[in-house]
Amino acid sequence: MNFRKFLFSNQNKFLILFTFLFFISDIAFAESEGTHSEPDYIGLLFVFMLATFIGLGVVTRVSRLLHTPLMSLTNAISAIAVVGSLILTGLDHPDYITILGAIALFASMTNIVSGFLITDRMLKMFKSKESKKS
Amino acid sequence: MIYSIIQFSYIIATALFIFSLHWMKDPKTARHGVFAGIAAMTVAIVSTILEPGIVNWEWISVAIVLGFIVGVPLSKVPLTAVPQRTALSHAFGGLAAGLVGTAKYYLWLETPQDLTIFRMIAIIAEIILGFLTFTGSLMAAGKLQEIKWIPQRPVTYRGQNIINLGLLGIAVIGGIALILNPVEYTFIFPIIIALALMFGVLLVIPIGGADMPTVISLLNSYAGLSAVAMGFVLDNKLLVTAGALDGSSGLILSIIMCKAMNRSFTNVLFGAFGQVQAVKAGAETRTAKQETSEGAAQILEQASKVVIVPGYGMAVAQAQYRIRELYDLLTKQGADVKFAIHPVAGRMPGHMNVLLAEAKIPYEQLIEMDDINSDMPQVDVVIVVGANDVVNPAARSDKTSPIYGMPIIDADKARMCFAIKRSMNPGFAGIENELYFAERTFMLFGDAKAVIGELVKHLSASQAG
Repeated sequence: MNFRKFLFSNQNKFLILFTFLFFISDIAFAESEGTHSEPDYIGLLFVFMLATFIGLGVVTRVSRLLHTPLMSLTNAISAIAVVGSLILTGLDHPDYITILGAIALFASMTNIVSGFLITDRMLKMFKSKESKKS
Repeated sequence: MIYSIIQFSYIIATALFIFSLHWMKDPKTARHGVFAGIAAMTVAIVSTILEPGIVNWEWISVAIVLGFIVGVPLSKVPLTAVPQRTALSHAFGGLAAGLVGTAKYYLWLETPQDLTIFRMIAIIAEIILGFLTFTGSLMAAGKLQEIKWIPQRPVTYRGQNIINLGLLGIAVIGGIALILNPVEYTFIFPIIIALALMFGVLLVIPIGGADMPTVISLLNSYAGLSAVAMGFVLDNKLLVTAGALDGSSGLILSIIMCKAMNRSFTNVLFGAFGQVQAVKAGAETRTAKQETSEGAAQILEQASKVVIVPGYGMAVAQAQYRIRELYDLLTKQGADVKFAIHPVAGRMPGHMNVLLAEAKIPYEQLIEMDDINSDMPQVDVVIVVGANDVVNPAARSDKTSPIYGMPIIDADKARMCFAIKRSMNPGFAGIENELYFAERTFMLFGDAKAVIGELVKHLSASQAG
């Protein structure tokens, strides 16, 4: 509980710190990567750890009013699987691989389109008192 | 060179995704968040297409066009159907991850030196998470959509948890065997997929009703984590970062939901609700006091502080527009009208807020449970619309009650309480609500939309006259 309090009271500082670390590490790892055959596990895990902390920091501050739009927005964001599906579909592979990739691409594309559109649609409905008068 | 450009644009995309979530902190800036997200996604897609060696353009364009054709109508569903849509899109996310993992495994089987231990661990994690999210979310969507052949009530049987965990255990053991020897035991791979698909169904079957918000949040988290696993498989940092953002968001929402019900993760997932407790109901029959809508309207006329507590019943009855009319009338007569939102009201996190926003109620009037409870003793009238367990005082006082310890909205502390309800049937937890028998509570029986419509009619008549 104390850790949580500590985390909450220093949220802004943590966020800046993590974001900073994150970019440094990401650029550093992107540079160090020469060969494609051996993926940089530690680098990936490092990025995962930092991104999770940033995610926790950012999401705890999301207004409780917006939890439903938040969920559809993160839906669309996690459809970043589109990147993997694109590569899989696009490269010259046996047909059955291409088909699996195309289905995955279709699924992610659906999530991107519907996720962003419905999030925006919901957010447009949240009106404050002032904006109603104008 | 191209590799560096791609990596660099991935960094930009990640930053934009972080900003996108950051802007969700306030309804005023939230729409920037959507634009940042769209920008990030565009950067990611465009730079990925730059990748050398992409040839199957026809497949890509067909899949993208189909994605638009299905995606646009999915974004136009009525807001009461948003929980289903969300569950469905988790299913799509899980499916994409599962399929990519499967394809990558069979692709690398041809060059077995690529199947390193790390990659195999990532692939196994990806397909288990992906496929269990797929079927689990489909089940959740089916339950929320109330499809006939999917049981709404929790389905439980003897040894359920042992069977479920056993299945998962077998899948994990098979996974370990496959990780150690990916080439020889290829037959295990489809078995793991089948087990993950089955586990997803079995995981969601015993869960229903009020536990749905937690389950949806948890599946949200799984969908994110499967994208992370895909990132590990494909050695792609953008997948890892975006997936981690989604995963942590789902995790936080699940924690909030669990806290709001005073239950633990394991309890939600493995302790099916609503069967044991049902026996208790009906042990004694008491009568609740009833009030006519006319009488209630007369009391509302005198009220200067009104709090409305919405629940899933409001969504079912589509009563939010009538509530808006009531809100307008009460505000016009000078009353202060607020809405008390319990975190688990409805079928997904924040469900009530979106429905009330749809009816154009200013968001300043939507108050969190914790912030409104201290004001409750000063409130003249509380109107409970289709909420039940979240206002049950037994959660505070009755140690034997299954919902004991759950934080509730203190509707019973107000000077007077009207509860709009179809009948005296107990709510999801299968327990009677002490509130309905309280001294200051009066029942208004009927459909929420119709009852509030009558209240509006009487109020506007007396205001006009």
